[in-house]
Amino acid sequence: MRELFKSNVAGKASRALLNASRIILSNKYILAGFIIVLVFVLMAILADFIAPYSPIEIVGPVLQPPSQKYLMGTDNLGRDVFSRTIYGSRVVLLTTAIAIALSGAIGTLLGLISGYIGGALDRVFSFIMDSIYAFPSLILAIALSVALGPSPINAAIAIAVVYIPTYFRMVRGQVLSIKNEPYIEIARALGIPSTRIVTRHILPHVGRTLMVVFSMNSADAILTEAALSFIGLTVQPPQPDWGFDLYKGRGFILTGYWWMMVFPGFCITLLAVGFALMSEGVSTVISGRKR
Amino acid sequence: MDIVSKLVDVTMDFETRIFGRKRRVRAVDRVSLEVRRGEIYGLVGESGSGKSTIGRISIRLYKPTKGRVFYGKLDITELPESKLRYLRREMQLIPQDPYGAINPIQTIGEALVEPLLIHYKLSKDEAVEQAHRALEEVGLHPSTEFFTRRPRELSGGQLQRAVIARAMILKPKYIVADEPTSNLDASIRTSIIKLLLDLREKYEQSLLFITHDIALLSLIANRIGVLYLAQLFEEGPTEKIVKNPLHPYTKALLSAIPLLSDELGLEKVYLKGEIGDPSNPPRGCRLHPRCPYAMDKCKTEEPPLIMVNEGRSVKCWLYYNS
Amino acid sequence: MSTLEVKDLWVKYYTFSGIVSAVSGVSFNLRKGEMLAVVGESGSGKSTLGLALLNMVPKPGKIVKGEVLLGGVNVLKLTPEEIRKIRGSRLSMVFQDPFTTLDPLRKIVDQFEEFLLEHGFDKSKSRSIVKEYLEAVGLPERIMYSYPHQLSGGQKQRVSIAMAIALNPEVIIADEPTTALDVVVQKQIMDLIDYIKGKYGSSIILITHDLALALERADTVMVMYGGYIMEYADKKELLNNMKHPYTKALFEALPRITTRILPKSLPGYPPDLRSPPQGCIFHPRCEYATEECRLKRPEMIEVGKGHFVACHLYR
Repeated sequence: MRELFKSNVAGKASRALLNASRIILSNKYILAGFIIVLVFVLMAILADFIAPYSPIEIVGPVLQPPSQKYLMGTDNLGRDVFSRTIYGSRVVLLTTAIAIALSGAIGTLLGLISGYIGGALDRVFSFIMDSIYAFPSLILAIALSVALGPSPINAAIAIAVVYIPTYFRMVRGQVLSIKNEPYIEIARALGIPSTRIVTRHILPHVGRTLMVVFSMNSADAILTEAALSFIGLTVQPPQPDWGFDLYKGRGFILTGYWWMMVFPGFCITLLAVGFALMSEGVSTVISGRKR
Repeated sequence: MDIVSKLVDVTMDFETRIFGRKRRVRAVDRVSLEVRRGEIYGLVGESGSGKSTIGRISIRLYKPTKGRVFYGKLDITELPESKLRYLRREMQLIPQDPYGAINPIQTIGEALVEPLLIHYKLSKDEAVEQAHRALEEVGLHPSTEFFTRRPRELSGGQLQRAVIARAMILKPKYIVADEPTSNLDASIRTSIIKLLLDLREKYEQSLLFITHDIALLSLIANRIGVLYLAQLFEEGPTEKIVKNPLHPYTKALLSAIPLLSDELGLEKVYLKGEIGDPSNPPRGCRLHPRCPYAMDKCKTEEPPLIMVNEGRSVKCWLYYNS
Repeated sequence: MSTLEVKDLWVKYYTFSGIVSAVSGVSFNLRKGEMLAVVGESGSGKSTLGLALLNMVPKPGKIVKGEVLLGGVNVLKLTPEEIRKIRGSRLSMVFQDPFTTLDPLRKIVDQFEEFLLEHGFDKSKSRSIVKEYLEAVGLPERIMYSYPHQLSGGQKQRVSIAMAIALNPEVIIADEPTTALDVVVQKQIMDLIDYIKGKYGSSIILITHDLALALERADTVMVMYGGYIMEYADKKELLNNMKHPYTKALFEALPRITTRILPKSLPGYPPDLRSPPQGCIFHPRCEYATEECRLKRPEMIEVGKGHFVACHLYR
């Protein structure tokens, strides 16, 4: 009897962790993707310990090819590309993480409210969201980023805005279908307040699809972030940044200095692939479960 | 005569938008009825007749498009949700499908405790204890076994008992039972009905029993109302309705009951065709395309609700002038 | 020779939570033009039985034993090609839920025609046949050009029936054909089925939970519980001479309008078919259960002409 109400935080957290690990280990794609992403996350966290040099200091002669001393060579200013690559993961991951968290939270919240309340409010929100959704995401992100001013936070906000409609539409759609379930009607008949109905009775059902959208969204967001940083709308030099380094490396690749472009580019691709693998796996698992 | 729930000239319209085209369905058309204290009022009709909608209007889950709804003497038509919340303790709904009635992610225990904690200042332990008692009261014994289970782990009959337990946990006085046994096996049906009747006696409740099964109502209802395509076609004490049905539709309902209709010894009436489209009902009397007694008048003019002594009324031209 | 002979049919579902014995040792014969009602509640195995007769039991179900002889040929042993030819033409099924039969994206006439063409009908004649059979089931011609969602439940069911009889099958299996419909429409559909039985000489297997419906319409009634046959008899014989406690309980559960007493209820719940009770599958709910009932499964005993019961009371 008492076990039912041991709904303390520790219990919930450990159960969530258990569920998460079960999902991760259940599917090859998820596992592979997760490992890739994990490697980059660790890279970001442990950058201070892994990177041999500081990413912004000039540590050697310019334009050295990869060697034992400079594993990925040096760039046109004499900075270690390897260290820059390692530290560059921080910006990418942080910006993307903030963007996804923002769009997920806001999109879900608005979707819940709009879907449940319906009526004129819903029509207005849907219209706004559809309009944003109709815009090509990259162009919108660039426009917003420019308008807000180049900085990692602003880039995160810009990306977030672009993806809010994705979460909104999905959550709203689910709310609309769940709203008609008998148990929601009975909840009202029992006098359960709307806020509780939405949070305790509707939101948990949305969680599953939310996971799928979440993972698909991450893959997208990584690439959008890379695009923004390519244009220089995230961090400013001399901060290390994959996208911007990629941009800088363009001028040198034709003259044979490939290492400034290839390594950051490879990392962007690999990270995006990691997220894409996870999203593939998650949607397979979730749709398999639904049956 | 004490009245628990009253609908006065209630009309309910639903609007649906399909591909930009608006369609208006009048699910309930100027229906008035009242449920008296302590009685079981049986509302019978086919699907599409509007009976479920009426049930929900009477406990204000829907707000009627026109007309007024009363709980006791209180006009609850325009009452905002915040004020309605207190009344929710007194009026409850038992739905048709037990499997949809409890959120699948909740355990039975959680489902029962939730309304208690919302409405009363109880400690969790007190609420849990009351929930256990409620489970025992509906025959789910031992309650500890059912408390931690989820809806899908229970059989239909068991789950409906749990749903009833939850409906009763706030000690309501007025229950709307919407086809509570239609989805259950025949061998279980009676025990659920018995449970409802026992609880009704114990807690002195009044019941609006909605069903398509008029045979069942003949056994348990005090009065019966017959609904067809959003209109009330006939109303009266059960015995009179069953032994001497007036409206051709009532006669057809009774005639169609397999095997048992012979016992009644009534003249059999058969309808052709089907119930018709609620968004575009027939002109005049809504039954006229199917009615074997249809006269010219029936095709163009809608009959009024005619009082035919002792609390009986019929909506049919056959009884005009009598 | 009987039109359909079912011999010792066993169907099991191999699920994650256990093996469910859905149909256990069912045998019966069906004559030409006979309507057999298979009566049972949920979990009785009646629907699985219907599907098994067409060899359409879905995974994880499997027909583990038995024969279904249509005109002497075992349906269960046919190749997929052969069985496709039989389904619809010699053995057809009307489902409870017309959605299973009707494609929501295509007009009625197109679906019906395709069905006829698949079974070798001439394209030039197929459209008139569609019209003929829709008329036979009481539907106006304009229905042909509608989509399923434009039709009511009763109309959809009639279309399913029209398709089921168009090829004049020897056996029509109707699985709860009227459960989703209102009692007045139910009567119309059952009248239609009666008419078909009379005019075309089809044998009908009516699967239903409604004992009253069975007793009113069928020639023979077979009562199932937990996958086993409890009682099997001619309708009149059953009405006058009901033997099995379960059949009696079902009968007593029918509301009797003329008295105002609630019908008797059966205590307990349907059995868990993954771990069914030992002995007679009905014994946990039976008021006459003895020690023998708890231990030994009863055999089918003939207690009257063509009247069989599986119950130790009648040894």
